[in-house]
Amino acid sequence: MGLTTQAPSQTFSDETRTNASLTKFLHGLPGVDQVGADERAAMLSTRSIKTSAKAEGIDLAISMIDLTTLEGMDTAGKIKTLCAKAMRPDPFDPTTPSVAAVCVYGDKVAQAKSYLTGSSIQVAAVATAFPSGRASRAVKLLDTSDAVAQGADEIDMVIDRGAFLEGRYMDVFEEIQAIKVACKSAHLKVIFETGELRTYDNVRRASWLAMIAGADFIKTSTGKVSPAATLPVTLVMLQAIRDFHNAGQRKIGMKPAGGIRTAKDALRYLVLVKETLGDAWLTPDLFRLGASSVLNDLLMQRKRLQTGAYSGPDYVTVD
Amino acid sequence: MSFEYAPAPESTAIVKIKPTYGLFINGVFVDGEKSFSTINPATEAHLADITEASAADVDRAVRAARVAFGSWSKMRGADRAKYLYRIARIIQERSRELAVLESMNNGKPIRESRDVDVPLVAAHFFHYAGWADKLDYAGLGANPEPLGVAGQIIPWNFPLLMLAWKIAPALAAGNTVVLKPAETTPLTALLFAEICQQADLPAGVVNIVTGAGETGRALVNHPDINKVAFTGSTEVGRYIAQAVAGTNKKVTLELGGKAANIVFDDAAIDQAIEGIVNGIFFNQGHVCCAGSRLLVQESIAETVLGLLYERMKNLRIGDPMDKNTDVGAINSAAQLAKIRELSDAGEAEGADRWSAPCTLPEKGFWFPPTVFTNVSQVHRIAREEVFGPVLSVLTFRTPDEAVEKANNSPYGLSAGIWTEKGSRILEMSSRLRAGVIWANTFNKFDATSPFGGYKESGYGREGGRQGLEPYLKAASK
Repeated sequence: MGLTTQAPSQTFSDETRTNASLTKFLHGLPGVDQVGADERAAMLSTRSIKTSAKAEGIDLAISMIDLTTLEGMDTAGKIKTLCAKAMRPDPFDPTTPSVAAVCVYGDKVAQAKSYLTGSSIQVAAVATAFPSGRASRAVKLLDTSDAVAQGADEIDMVIDRGAFLEGRYMDVFEEIQAIKVACKSAHLKVIFETGELRTYDNVRRASWLAMIAGADFIKTSTGKVSPAATLPVTLVMLQAIRDFHNAGQRKIGMKPAGGIRTAKDALRYLVLVKETLGDAWLTPDLFRLGASSVLNDLLMQRKRLQTGAYSGPDYVTVD
Repeated sequence: MSFEYAPAPESTAIVKIKPTYGLFINGVFVDGEKSFSTINPATEAHLADITEASAADVDRAVRAARVAFGSWSKMRGADRAKYLYRIARIIQERSRELAVLESMNNGKPIRESRDVDVPLVAAHFFHYAGWADKLDYAGLGANPEPLGVAGQIIPWNFPLLMLAWKIAPALAAGNTVVLKPAETTPLTALLFAEICQQADLPAGVVNIVTGAGETGRALVNHPDINKVAFTGSTEVGRYIAQAVAGTNKKVTLELGGKAANIVFDDAAIDQAIEGIVNGIFFNQGHVCCAGSRLLVQESIAETVLGLLYERMKNLRIGDPMDKNTDVGAINSAAQLAKIRELSDAGEAEGADRWSAPCTLPEKGFWFPPTVFTNVSQVHRIAREEVFGPVLSVLTFRTPDEAVEKANNSPYGLSAGIWTEKGSRILEMSSRLRAGVIWANTFNKFDATSPFGGYKESGYGREGGRQGLEPYLKAASK
């Protein structure tokens, strides 16, 4: 699943000349009615995914996981088991797809790379003073370059929510651009921490801001703030991606992260993608699930579909 | 890897349809002389034989209701409430059975009967159960009195929900009823009759007579009913208004509509698209308050239509019992013929027709979700009620023009306004002549909210406190 970095075909140079012009552009986007967005997401979550659809969806979801560990207590041993799980999620069933990527802190990139040698699994590193984003631009750039130098294939950056909420959109824009340059060939995912932006209007504005600044993916959350990913927030971001593409721009990827725990949750996200962006986005190149515990539930459901019996948590590996 | 939804059919095993059904009179099912077949419109399969009530049968039902009125009207409100609460709880307990039967007989998707119709039915009984001992606050002063026997005639688009809208307030106020369900959709009303038995409702309080136009005529013209409540076509509504003129029967009519769904250029576009889709394709467009005229501001018309077409390609049309179906079957061959006739007229008059690409089942009655653009106010599809999944798109330049076009209709049941500007919502809603106005939503129903129309859309209100008034009169002593 080789990811290709695409350059923006239009530079939005007029819109991004000053903070005032950028504000005018972002505030000129159509509003989002919260009640209506919540309703649409709730309706789509009633889709009944059974039998063959469930089997396809489970395998697709597994192949889209960014298997994540982002803890102060992460050790080489923890990274090693995570990578082993990423490559062979179910040691008893070689037909199980491997996940898309492992996601770690920057200082664990080299270890992850070495444990994943020979596989096609990407290594994603969180950077830019994750999760708060509270550091100087110089530190954030260094944080990014360091992860890239260690071999990170993907960078998950956080935006400066403080600057965004103050209306300093230009600062956020320039920071994403600068980080994009520091990423070199690595893919850039831009995290909004939608649980801090709160309104869907803000989520739509942040989506456009990141997309015109050069994001390859837009991502809901760090997983460190509640609420993390929700279906309606993801829907609003998917609609922004659709509008961006309809405007003649490139295809942006989407990554909901945090709070996705069950196979049912994962399938609901796939339904959202399918009915908002279409099948073209149902690929790990354009959709990822930032999660860890969801993998075991997907594996248990996979086994249950094959055998008709629910095996239980002792039959999947704990990492 | 692909991800296509597999069939997810709701089981019909929970429903036990009898081969034949009698009339529900005085608490028991009784046979009649003639019968007719009721079918599943999605498959055209025969479901059951239904008794056609004669004038004599209707008379028996009215007499049973008259006798029952004596004790029911004198019962303490709190005691009537117990029966209504009991009925509401049984409806919840048997909700899946009711939803499945409704979809089988009507053709609407199980997702709608399960998530919209049946929950609203229970909500109406709960709401009016709460009113039964609080009638002093219904707006008619202390000790208001019930009218007597109500003759109620309901349509086929929301068979059980319309039954609830009619029966719940009538009973709460102390009336007894004779109800005629629509000819094509009698089954959930007959299951409701069984629920009345299960709830030990006193005999004669609810009577259900099945049949077609003749049965309805006998009911409306019966000399011993005090009230006619009708939901259905404006044509039949006119007949009823004439028939009761000069009698002392009270009447409420809830008739047709041709609602304008007005989208301003500052609307939340994605939610407006959902509102347009829900406004016209909910229940196959068999909704009297359907948003069948889209009025979109010219400056965003192209964007809105582009998104609407994309969205409509995702509509899932087919087996109503599949839990993922969005648009089900047209209720009858006659209705399908009418939709086709008006759509063909739209094309002949010069409007552009576009239908969502979909494969329709071979058996049953089906019509694809359809949009007409380049529609003028003079076209029949802009003026007549299609009562099907057909949207007419008109544009406007200013709010004044939107109001003028929206009001330029003999109907006035509902309207929708889509704008992020609160002041515009208030201003528009004061100028639109429609009984129900939705702002940034559409087709929302609630037991506490009155519903009814202006002009040829009828008179009287159903739902909420206002829904009690048509079943009460001020204290006579």
